Amino acid sequence: MSANPQLKPFSFSEKAMLQMKDILSRYDSKRSALLPVLHLAQDEFGYVSDEVIEYVARIMDLSPAQVLEVVTFYTMYNKKPVGKNHFQFCVTLSCWMFGSHQLMKSACSRLGIREGETTADGQFTVSKMECLGSCGSAPVVQINETYYENLNPEKLNRLITSCKEGEPLIP
Amino acid sequence: MIKKTHHFKNMRAMAIQQTPLKSEKRILLEHEHVPEINKIDVYTSKGGYSALKKVFQNKMTPDSVIDLMKASGLRGRGGAGFPTGSKWSFVPKGNDKPKYLLCNADESEPGTFKDRVLLEKLPHLMIEGMIIGAYSFGARKSYVYIRGEYTYAAMMVEKAIQEAYQVGYLGKNILGSGFDHDMYVHRGAGAYICGEETGLISSLEGKKGWPKLKPPFPAVEGYLKCPTVVNNVETLACVPWIINNGPEAYAKMGTEKSKGTKMWSVSGDVAQPGVYEVELGAPFSVLLNDCCGGIRGGKKLKAVIPGGSSAPIVTAEEAFAMTLDYESIASKGSMLGSGGMIILDESRDLVQVLKNLSEFYADESCGQCTPCREGTGWLEKILHSFTEKQALKTDIELLDRISSNMLGRTICVLADSIAMPVQSYLKKFPQEFQKYLETSSNTSRQRRAL
Repeated sequence: MSANPQLKPFSFSEKAMLQMKDILSRYDSKRSALLPVLHLAQDEFGYVSDEVIEYVARIMDLSPAQVLEVVTFYTMYNKKPVGKNHFQFCVTLSCWMFGSHQLMKSACSRLGIREGETTADGQFTVSKMECLGSCGSAPVVQINETYYENLNPEKLNRLITSCKEGEPLIP
Repeated sequence: MIKKTHHFKNMRAMAIQQTPLKSEKRILLEHEHVPEINKIDVYTSKGGYSALKKVFQNKMTPDSVIDLMKASGLRGRGGAGFPTGSKWSFVPKGNDKPKYLLCNADESEPGTFKDRVLLEKLPHLMIEGMIIGAYSFGARKSYVYIRGEYTYAAMMVEKAIQEAYQVGYLGKNILGSGFDHDMYVHRGAGAYICGEETGLISSLEGKKGWPKLKPPFPAVEGYLKCPTVVNNVETLACVPWIINNGPEAYAKMGTEKSKGTKMWSVSGDVAQPGVYEVELGAPFSVLLNDCCGGIRGGKKLKAVIPGGSSAPIVTAEEAFAMTLDYESIASKGSMLGSGGMIILDESRDLVQVLKNLSEFYADESCGQCTPCREGTGWLEKILHSFTEKQALKTDIELLDRISSNMLGRTICVLADSIAMPVQSYLKKFPQEFQKYLETSSNTSRQRRAL
């Protein structure tokens, strides 16, 4: 993820262009490729800003409104920049039963932010998520794309420390 | 398509599954504990893709494949339990429109994590089932719609699809049959409603995951207004076994109306949560005690959510009297659903449990139908006033009235998925709500802002 995505010009790199071509070849309608193209755009630009939405709309032959409604409907597209380590706590039943709310609170207080916020240094964001499909190993936190299961306060603390040191623990 | 983050190299399949238990009946998970079973050569060495070869080398007609499925009695494992063979047979014949098979791997029903095991460990079982299914009704393309959060699962399926292309099980003229088929992974982006089949179709079309009115049913007018079949991962994974062993062998397992086996994902207050496969019709106590090692910490069972959080709750007494099949669970006023079972011990406060679930549904309502958009929010707010000890005397009745008004009045069943649980909690555990009313500090008739 780029620390300063707004400094990049809003155009896919050559590599991303090739990936997009491959994505488009998979569908019988261009619009069907919108979700994967938005994933690609988020990987490329760090988050999905208004400028990214306009760019995606242009290359997908859609109106910006058609892209915006999709971006805001799905939780995984970030309209704002997120931290380098995005802690996403599952708070639904099985995780909640084993204290996911308390874990999220303690992560927030250690990092000095509230749920949904990013630390000033851009290192951490804490979000709450609905069921992550890991109920048998509850509670779970997803950091960026990796699941850390059977979490407890001590493990969470080590996890935050390891992220601060730039070497996240092996799940 | 799947980004590699700095965490990514450390990712691995979840450490589930011990060796098979005696009380289990593993036909899907038979080789789940075999190392690297996700790879095509290991899968093939364990008899994988023999069903596909049987279909094409014996020149089975598409209709005979459908007949086999019908005879097996296989029912959809995603939640609704619709007979799979019938679903495939609804696709109109002699129609020029392209046909599509969509595999619903948007597993997001709270309590459900069984498909993840298949996706991560046995992707070829699902792929083999998909190719056979697609052949039966003439689909040239299929998509595996995987929830966005399952990055690792998506990567495993993507790899497995590439392997299947390399050996000629996908692509043009599969095994000399003249049948062409292409398969792709399509990742979702975080929306529970996309597990609903018409919501999934909208999402695949590049739109918000808004469900559509039925009829027309997807089999007639689905993805891009073309005939489309949507099947759950587990359903498709059953197909190779049925082809290999015959529909009679499959139908011999289970009960009169619930044939075969079912994968259960059990979480909550059990000693060993996890995914277990048992014959349909097995007693509840077998799953709870023999598979999951009973309740954690020697406590007593209070209640069970049998089939994912949308399933009405059953009491401990009802649970022990039920067997694990569609009919028996329905006779206790609940449903088998996705097989996502959540066990609640005597220490659990069911008003708090229901409040947590109401938050989920309020968050995940797509906002299209008024009874759902407003109703889920209202239920959440009222349950919140219970847990904040601010409930009004009339609130039990209000919960009942709002949930009744949500039932059956919306395009999809998301509203019912919280309305039915609310009614079941009120009916089966009224004392839990009463307790909160007695301790409520709000004696006025006015709701306080919380």
